[in-house]
Amino acid sequence: MNEELKVIWKNFFNWVMGNGPRPENEVEPPEPPPDLPFTQKPKDKFSRFHEPTLRERYEQWLEIHGLHIFSTLYSALSILTCVVIVVLLLTTVAALPPFGHERNPANNEVIRRYVEHGGHETGAQNIVAGLILDYRAFDTFGESAVLFTAAVSVLMLLSSSRSSKPQKKFQRLHIYRNDDTILRAVASLSIPVILMMGCVVVINGHLSPGGGFSGGAILSTALILCANAYGFERVREFFNERTFIVSSSTALMIYALSKGYSFFTGANHIHSIIPKGTIGDILSGGLILPLNICVGLIVAGTLYGFYALFSEGEM
Amino acid sequence: MINIFAFNIPFISIFMLMIAAIITPLLPKKNRIPEKLSCYVIGIVAILSAYLLYSLTNSGQSLAFNFSMGHFPAPWGNELRAGPLEAILSLVFCVAMLLSLTGNFSSTAEDIPENRRQIFCVLVNLLTASLLALTYTNDLFTAYVFIEINTIAACAIVAVKEGAETVRAALRYLIMSLVGSGLVMIAICLLYDLTGHLLMQNMHNAIQVILITKEYMVPLIVSVALITTGLAIKSALYPFAFWLPDAHGSSTNASSAILSGLVLKGHIFTIIKIFYRVYGLEVIHLLRMDTVIFILGVTAMIMGSVHALKQNNVKKMIAWSSVAQVGYIFLGLGLNTVAGVAAACLHIIIHACIKPMLFTAAGGLSNAAGHKKGLHSLMGTFYINHWAGLGLIAGAFSMMGIPAFAGFASKLSLTMASFDSPLIMWSLAALVTSTVLNALYYVPAVIVVLTHNKDKNPQKNFSAPAPTTLYKFSMFVFLALNFYLGLFCVPLLRLITRGVNVLL
Amino acid sequence: MLEKLLLNHYEAAAVILSGIGLTNLLLQRNLIKKIIGLNIMDTAVYLFLAAKGYVEGRAAPILLENGSGGWLTSSALYVNPVPAGLVLTGIVVSVSVTAFALALTLKLYEAYGTLNIDEALLKMTQEQEELEAKIEDAEEEVLA
Repeated sequence: MNEELKVIWKNFFNWVMGNGPRPENEVEPPEPPPDLPFTQKPKDKFSRFHEPTLRERYEQWLEIHGLHIFSTLYSALSILTCVVIVVLLLTTVAALPPFGHERNPANNEVIRRYVEHGGHETGAQNIVAGLILDYRAFDTFGESAVLFTAAVSVLMLLSSSRSSKPQKKFQRLHIYRNDDTILRAVASLSIPVILMMGCVVVINGHLSPGGGFSGGAILSTALILCANAYGFERVREFFNERTFIVSSSTALMIYALSKGYSFFTGANHIHSIIPKGTIGDILSGGLILPLNICVGLIVAGTLYGFYALFSEGEM
Repeated sequence: MINIFAFNIPFISIFMLMIAAIITPLLPKKNRIPEKLSCYVIGIVAILSAYLLYSLTNSGQSLAFNFSMGHFPAPWGNELRAGPLEAILSLVFCVAMLLSLTGNFSSTAEDIPENRRQIFCVLVNLLTASLLALTYTNDLFTAYVFIEINTIAACAIVAVKEGAETVRAALRYLIMSLVGSGLVMIAICLLYDLTGHLLMQNMHNAIQVILITKEYMVPLIVSVALITTGLAIKSALYPFAFWLPDAHGSSTNASSAILSGLVLKGHIFTIIKIFYRVYGLEVIHLLRMDTVIFILGVTAMIMGSVHALKQNNVKKMIAWSSVAQVGYIFLGLGLNTVAGVAAACLHIIIHACIKPMLFTAAGGLSNAAGHKKGLHSLMGTFYINHWAGLGLIAGAFSMMGIPAFAGFASKLSLTMASFDSPLIMWSLAALVTSTVLNALYYVPAVIVVLTHNKDKNPQKNFSAPAPTTLYKFSMFVFLALNFYLGLFCVPLLRLITRGVNVLL
Repeated sequence: MLEKLLLNHYEAAAVILSGIGLTNLLLQRNLIKKIIGLNIMDTAVYLFLAAKGYVEGRAAPILLENGSGGWLTSSALYVNPVPAGLVLTGIVVSVSVTAFALALTLKLYEAYGTLNIDEALLKMTQEQEELEAKIEDAEEEVLA
């Protein structure tokens, strides 16, 4: 029994390490397949019966099947992760408060005050505008700061005037440039309409759906259309990197200072001098209208800036 | 009651930094004006935080106060909250940020062109502001917004140094961070749905109700798991830490120091706040999150050091050592006692002072060796730049936990904290193993730096610039802080314990 | 469980989408696809929030006139405004992050000519090895 075990162990050991004397009871090893990859190094044939070690066999196998196995494993892993996450979250969703029910925990005294007193406390007809620019204005200030951070970071990365060594200009697609009559005709008709629409959305932010972010996005499309129809040089005449930086910084600065004043007076229980106005008027809502205009400027500049930097490498 | 000036300090510090960030792009780029402005503003904020800490400790009964951002009280408006712990942390963050900037003032100028340096300053100011906002905020959604500012700014200060490697490192960092913030966002939505609040105190009360009624236990557990995973990815807890060495190792020295010393700590403190202000010690224990964190912390302590052993690049070695140190902090949190959390906070502070020093020293040494970062090429550099050599040696001793150096204090307090815990054997074993492993890679570094380079002159075609006065001064302050924290940490620990008690 | 899922079908769809997005973000190797995954996940979160804000039979939170010059301010009339605010913040954050990630991707493509972050690593190590070999050769030449 012990001897048999020893023989088996020896055979196994030889199989793992390779190069061992071939046991009598084993058939002649088959010729190695001729289509082995040429990267395989020729072996030094000192022993009569050369067998590849386990490691060599593994490497050989990996070289042939590795990529395939790896990508299969990767997709299997992806699907598995996805399924696990989805099942976990679905279990959670099943245990959440029911959809659209008015007795859910989220419909509590916080919401009641926002709706019932929001009108006369903030002066805004649009409760969401009052919520984000007055009740929870610090979050919204942070949010504008996120946009500002991203804008300066993208400017730093992509602006060709900001890198020390002149980089090889990457070949980008230059289509729709300068001489497309149809585009120009349509643009000259639609740009004023788009600009007007954007201004309306920004200025009525406290009365109707909209506000600085959505209005700013609309304004930026007018700039982008202008750049596409008339070329970036035309836009650069009135809106270049310097104007962008100055306008965003100034707008954000006005935002920070005015909101800082309101935070400071609020926390120290000082009476604020900002009038609330009557609900429904265009000049109502305290700081909400000027803040919406500031945010609109930042958003319009930043979104156009992203477009220009990605397509041209400069503003 | 504290005076009206100290009451406004949290708000003033955040807004000063924000306004500095906004105004920086408008300033002239010449004469390094943007950087000087950042340094001054951060310095002023540090002084203000010190004053806040002083008035909080001398205010008698009420140690913490809430500051409502706007005219609307707690559940309706945003709120900041300041206690002793928040004040200490903001002080340490500002001091470490200032020293990282001044210590690497000349190497920043070498690595980054003038145009980009202006934006680097914007990002540094925003990063500091977001760290302070994360420290002071009492509102979960504000925390999310500032986590995002922190993420973008942190990735951008990696990519600020030109070169393909930094871009790759920043991308890896960004993608891992985005996975993390996505998870945090989902968790915040779940929590909002369950509690109907976004303020930490009100959420806490609503969660106590859920625990009694047992109605929404599954979403609660999932939200804890998601929020912990998300923030653990961002604070580089071990299995999620593979992005860290690239990002911290390849960026400019100032960025490495800021990222390793401060950015990770901001996220860790957010975890502490969420655990103890939103969920509460009992809930965390009930949901077994403390055990999970403990196990991950122990793994990080050991695996971080093992990875550091394999490194040849000195900055990457220090970066992997950060992973191990983050493990220590999570070990303290995993003990789930007041002493444990206090020890973790002490380690946050100590690591926030030591790691920037190590990166600054490593930068100085590799500068002295002719911009080579390989460990063997640093041979004998102590004799070229004494201050950097001293910094590296002190930092290494501190990381190993030699008595009288800062790291000893935190290791001691972690050990003391684990005596109250049922996990004491595991905790002690991990501490001992990790200390040995730390020694295994820091001692060779120290020996290499101290060995005279006889074979060939390292600066045969290169003359190392002498360290500037600013560098010497920053290193001196770093060393002084190191010894101060190592020798006189008991009053600090007492203050932190009071702070943690107020936090809970 | 299935009934509750059917009841919460918007949230269920949202979490399925966010699972898909998260998996793409984690496991796709092409960076553009990763960023698309991120956007899917963010959008799913907005869907989730919008569904959470809805209350059966109530109007959008913009005050309505009551016919005699005043405003209807009963909280039983309007849906929850908070999720709308959160979604707005989320959208802005997602735009910023996407732009930044795409800018980094563009730089990576300019440097390595690939959108795959692992391939970029491979190319970088190869370049480094070549550089080291060159340095060694130069040193040997100097010695000779």
